[in-house]
Amino acid sequence: MTADPFLLACPRPLRHATVQMAHGGGGRLMKDLIEGLFLPILGTDPAGQHDSAVVEAAGARWAFTTDGFVVSPRAFPGGDLGELAIYGTVNDLAMAGAAPSALSTAFILEEGLDLAELRALVASMKAAADRCGVRLVTGDTKVVDRGKADGIFITTAGIGLIAPGVDIHPRKVRPGDAVIVSGDLGRHGIAVMSVREGLAFESPVTSDCGPVHHLVAALLENGLDIHCLRDPTRGGLASVLNEIATAAGVAIEAEEAAVPVNEAVAAACEILGLDPLYVACEGRMVAFLPEAQAERALAVLRAIPEGKDAAVIGRVTSGPAGRVSLRTALGTWRLLDLLSGEQLPRIC
Amino acid sequence: MCLGVPGQILEVDDSPLRMGRVAFGSAVKDVSLACVPEAGPGAWVVVHAGLALDQLDEAEAQAMIQSLAELDADGEGA
Amino acid sequence: MRFVDEFRDGKASRSLAETIRRTVTRPWSLMEVCGGQTHAIVRFGLDALLPSDVHLIHGPGCPVCVTPVALIDQALAIAARPEVTFCSFGDMLRVPGSAEDLLSVKSRGADVRVVYSPLDALALARQRPDREVVFFAVGFETTAPANALAVAQAETEGLGNFSMLVSHVRVPPALEAILASPRRRVDAFLAAGHVCAVMGTQEYVPLAAKHRVPIVVTGFEPLDLLQGILMAVRQLEEGRAEVENQYARLVKPGGNRTAQALIERVFQVEDRDWRGIGGIPSSGFGLRAAYASFDAGRRFGVQDLGGQESPDCQSGLVLQGLLKPRQCPAFGTTCTPDQPLGATMVSSEGACAAYYRYRRFDPVEAP
Repeated sequence: MTADPFLLACPRPLRHATVQMAHGGGGRLMKDLIEGLFLPILGTDPAGQHDSAVVEAAGARWAFTTDGFVVSPRAFPGGDLGELAIYGTVNDLAMAGAAPSALSTAFILEEGLDLAELRALVASMKAAADRCGVRLVTGDTKVVDRGKADGIFITTAGIGLIAPGVDIHPRKVRPGDAVIVSGDLGRHGIAVMSVREGLAFESPVTSDCGPVHHLVAALLENGLDIHCLRDPTRGGLASVLNEIATAAGVAIEAEEAAVPVNEAVAAACEILGLDPLYVACEGRMVAFLPEAQAERALAVLRAIPEGKDAAVIGRVTSGPAGRVSLRTALGTWRLLDLLSGEQLPRIC
Repeated sequence: MCLGVPGQILEVDDSPLRMGRVAFGSAVKDVSLACVPEAGPGAWVVVHAGLALDQLDEAEAQAMIQSLAELDADGEGA
Repeated sequence: MRFVDEFRDGKASRSLAETIRRTVTRPWSLMEVCGGQTHAIVRFGLDALLPSDVHLIHGPGCPVCVTPVALIDQALAIAARPEVTFCSFGDMLRVPGSAEDLLSVKSRGADVRVVYSPLDALALARQRPDREVVFFAVGFETTAPANALAVAQAETEGLGNFSMLVSHVRVPPALEAILASPRRRVDAFLAAGHVCAVMGTQEYVPLAAKHRVPIVVTGFEPLDLLQGILMAVRQLEEGRAEVENQYARLVKPGGNRTAQALIERVFQVEDRDWRGIGGIPSSGFGLRAAYASFDAGRRFGVQDLGGQESPDCQSGLVLQGLLKPRQCPAFGTTCTPDQPLGATMVSSEGACAAYYRYRRFDPVEAP
């Protein structure tokens, strides 16, 4: 797809003169920041947006991606920042159908960070990389004055080889596709919130943080025609469905009762006044493929431990482009919108 | 205006705020039971903003569900 | 019994909706007072189950929506002070004052925190004697006992670094104002169950009698709301105007006396401004003189700060049930949840935000 060079993009005015937390929240403000600031300046084709870019080199197609990782607190039930930094990038590569081959990492360390904690985080990174069969091949370290960073920020980048014939991209999603999630939703977001200052509660929920590249590989090995993949991180499933519906120019109908949500996640959402459809995952994916292949895809996913709760949660239709509708548990229909701003616990 | 969540009391301490552990399904949170002085472990309460507003009455809840079931039977008979 | 799933049953919901359909013989307008009820109605799509003759009007029961601009401006001024740790419920952070919101102040370095309970703010004051911890005490009668408890406990412990910016509101005077309006469109009320759990139902009896209006105290789950609607519609069809209690599993006629005593000890009834509506006599709670030292407005000398509402925002009409959100010219164009002109577009309970999120593509009804 080529952009008309004479059609100048007119950036939408940003209301805020400074960066707000919601600019990183995965919702509409973040979309505005990307489409209103980054893309017009960098001249990147917005239609190319995906979790990884695809570049051709050395006679092959490579997925290429980068991601910065911050989480508070840095260790949470079921994982830590080091693991997230590996799985996040491995999963972004997998969303382009690539087998992850090599990662780089950059550390921004705050003066005074406990070296024992750094050692533990790096050990987590190594264990996670081994689990994914991927090597960390290069890195960089910077230290900033105390107070200039929140302990440690980790950035990773990765490349992965895409097999010939594999073409996974939002533009391939079409009416008649089934929407599949690879497991229960919302565990990462709830696990982190359960230990966050000011909200803390006891919960058996552990983060789902983990790799999904082997799930993708299994689907491809079984010859399934995957149209698109996306991991529901910030903004959760609702954001993924809205992004894909907009990017592909299709409508999506989702079934609330079909969405797998663990009882403990549902309970925590009740306390905090949150909707699990908006809560982040770090080890799940949403797959779009022809409805006729849905049962076979489920069988492949459910044979793998990380995919045992896979479910068909909706379908793509030819309705108004970008519209996502949800059939509620009561059988009525409503919109499933993008998150506005940061997800804040609702008390009143 | 007022998110109120039903939970079951697990234990209560004797501090001035009468703090207790309340289970909301498998999630547990510390809340004040100061406004439900007679409620002990096992009782169900509705919690809002970290404070139990009052006890839930299981008999009343059952009566409501029963009345709806009868409504349902009437509806199908009609 | 878990007191949640039992009240979300799809079959019973449809059967209740069918009974409502058979009961209604002419159009009725019902106002659900509480924003939590509005949120549940749109989240579960209950409006789609109802016959077209039953119109739901979304009431003023969202504390985030009715907190006046002047109070938000006072909160911003306090939060911006370097010695202050400002604690608030999550929803209040995005409500615009006359120029900006708490998140903007936070992005410039203010210490603004989301808490779950006023007791969490109290704990913070205990841990950080070097900080002035201020809690933004908004809410209806439901939230008043928790806020009163925090102030009373701060006094007992002698926590001099704890204070509250109070913008408490009371439901009955607001209903009186809506009923007294010459443009009244409301035939019956679904009163807010959690408010009544604290205050009881007696205050509503004279309102129902004086204005000949059915008032049904209603809970928050789908079956509660549908049953409350059925009870209200039955009263209307039979020509009755009584106070009925749908939410008997929680609400007792006398309310919770312990909670009332706590409110009585710390707060007194005051006149209060409602955002978009204006001043309503006796419609708020303020700190009693004995607790004036915990009044953050006084402590930081910001009581006289005042602000102006955006002239394009018609949230006042929305809050009184005179305008449906999608009938406002600014809805979805110059006013969205990301760029709200008024508070009803901010809070997830606000009528405008709820409509934007769940119903903005539906055909617009005639005013």
